[in-house]
Amino acid sequence: MQQAELIPHLFRTEYRKIVTVLCKLFGIAHIEIAEDIASDTFLAASELWGLKGLPPNPVAWLYTVAKNKSKDYFKHHSIFLQKVAKEVSYTADSSMEIEIDLSAKNINDSQLAMMFVVCHPCNAVEAQIGLALSLLCGFGTDEIAGAFLTSKEAIYKRLQRAKQKLREEKIEIKQPSPAEIDERLPAVLMTLYLLFNEGYYSASNDAVLRKDLCLEAMRLAYLLVENEQTNTPAVNALLALMCFQSSRFDARVDAQGELVLYKDQDANLWDSELVEQGKYFLNEASSGNTISKYHLEAGIACMHTIQEDSLEKWEGILQLYNQLLIIEYSPVAALNRTYALAKANGKKEAITEAEKINLAGNHLYHSLLGWLYTNVDDEKAILHLQTALQLAKTPNDKKLIGERIRKLRDQQLLS
Amino acid sequence: MPKGSPEEMQANTKRWMDWIGSIAAQNKLTDRGNRLASSGKVLKPNNVITDGPYTEIKETIGGYSIIKADNIDEATEIAKGCPGLLSGGSVEVREINAM
Repeated sequence: MQQAELIPHLFRTEYRKIVTVLCKLFGIAHIEIAEDIASDTFLAASELWGLKGLPPNPVAWLYTVAKNKSKDYFKHHSIFLQKVAKEVSYTADSSMEIEIDLSAKNINDSQLAMMFVVCHPCNAVEAQIGLALSLLCGFGTDEIAGAFLTSKEAIYKRLQRAKQKLREEKIEIKQPSPAEIDERLPAVLMTLYLLFNEGYYSASNDAVLRKDLCLEAMRLAYLLVENEQTNTPAVNALLALMCFQSSRFDARVDAQGELVLYKDQDANLWDSELVEQGKYFLNEASSGNTISKYHLEAGIACMHTIQEDSLEKWEGILQLYNQLLIIEYSPVAALNRTYALAKANGKKEAITEAEKINLAGNHLYHSLLGWLYTNVDDEKAILHLQTALQLAKTPNDKKLIGERIRKLRDQQLLS
Repeated sequence: MPKGSPEEMQANTKRWMDWIGSIAAQNKLTDRGNRLASSGKVLKPNNVITDGPYTEIKETIGGYSIIKADNIDEATEIAKGCPGLLSGGSVEVREINAM
């Protein structure tokens, strides 16, 4: 790897490790100092490596510099040292020399501990995702702003507020106890689920960035699977869901960057390795006696790894959606259930059911009715598609709906 | 389809799940409830305990579900989808007065 690519690459993989290890060492009150030291380390790398060439082991170089910068900071801020020294006395000996442990084990422990801090319910979910991207994934404010389609300033403020909140609540950065894991793991999983969805369904056009979000969510979920205490059936189910979904990542977008609908995707482009991994984690998830929504969603995603339509497939999907809705209602699940109902029980029953779920004002709802009425009552189908067109927000959605209306009109002219 | 066959039981489960799923898809399900066993005990004054089946009533309660509806008419309309009606059962719709 050339130096120009190496620093951004290392930034992506190493920045977050340095930040989380330092955060855990310094405590929640000093997150910014940890971030500053990590940033300074990379700044030094970009300056010195340019002048002197690459060191033999760049990662070890970064860790050494981060350690030295931390020690320098302590030297020049003796008050900080006294305060922090109390907190870190278990790692530091009496000589006040602070030990900064950048071993693989401590990096993983620190990331896990930070995950539970970042996903603390004292912050709103969007703030949690922002913090996760910043502290656990090493994303810059501009990248986070790109993912959320908002300004850098807004993200900066959101992160500042979220960190302030963690300080006010005096959240400790430590290995969570079994009781804390039980209590907070659902919130952690929810954040990872939303982080993944942010990448998978985001309105952002930056395909590389979106894929990165998905990969980061998977990496963090994998961290939970690797830890004995957090390796629960629900975590495995969530990771299985992410594997199945991301197996279609490359097939979902064509060469022009436009979205390709599921039925039009080239199944040869689906990543069979990820499908196999998904099956492995879904199997691992099949223990215990609680079914989480991640189990059901992973089950549905697993069914979708077979592109060919069959009654069995859609009956299976319908029953999983029934169960999913019983656990937790969501408009998207209600819409998808109605689609599966049409495929399994026929359009007539699905139209009656669609009228009942009444999600007027949701473009997907009218788009679904447009599909249900196609070849049943084409006039009604066109009316619903026109409503969907008015409500759709992204250019891609508008384009797809527009094409469907034109197709229906052409059909009418021919008949 | 022979009565009591695995296929019939599966078809029956599907009807129930499609009905409950339909209520849930309307965001009107509070609690899918439970099935009740067909026999039990009846306790009467003066410590008289009898086993079911119950002599006074001809029907036993098979199960219950709790749903959300604006009024009793809407709830009755939803109850019309209950698959139990297909096999001669009936559905009793009651309002819950929260305590």
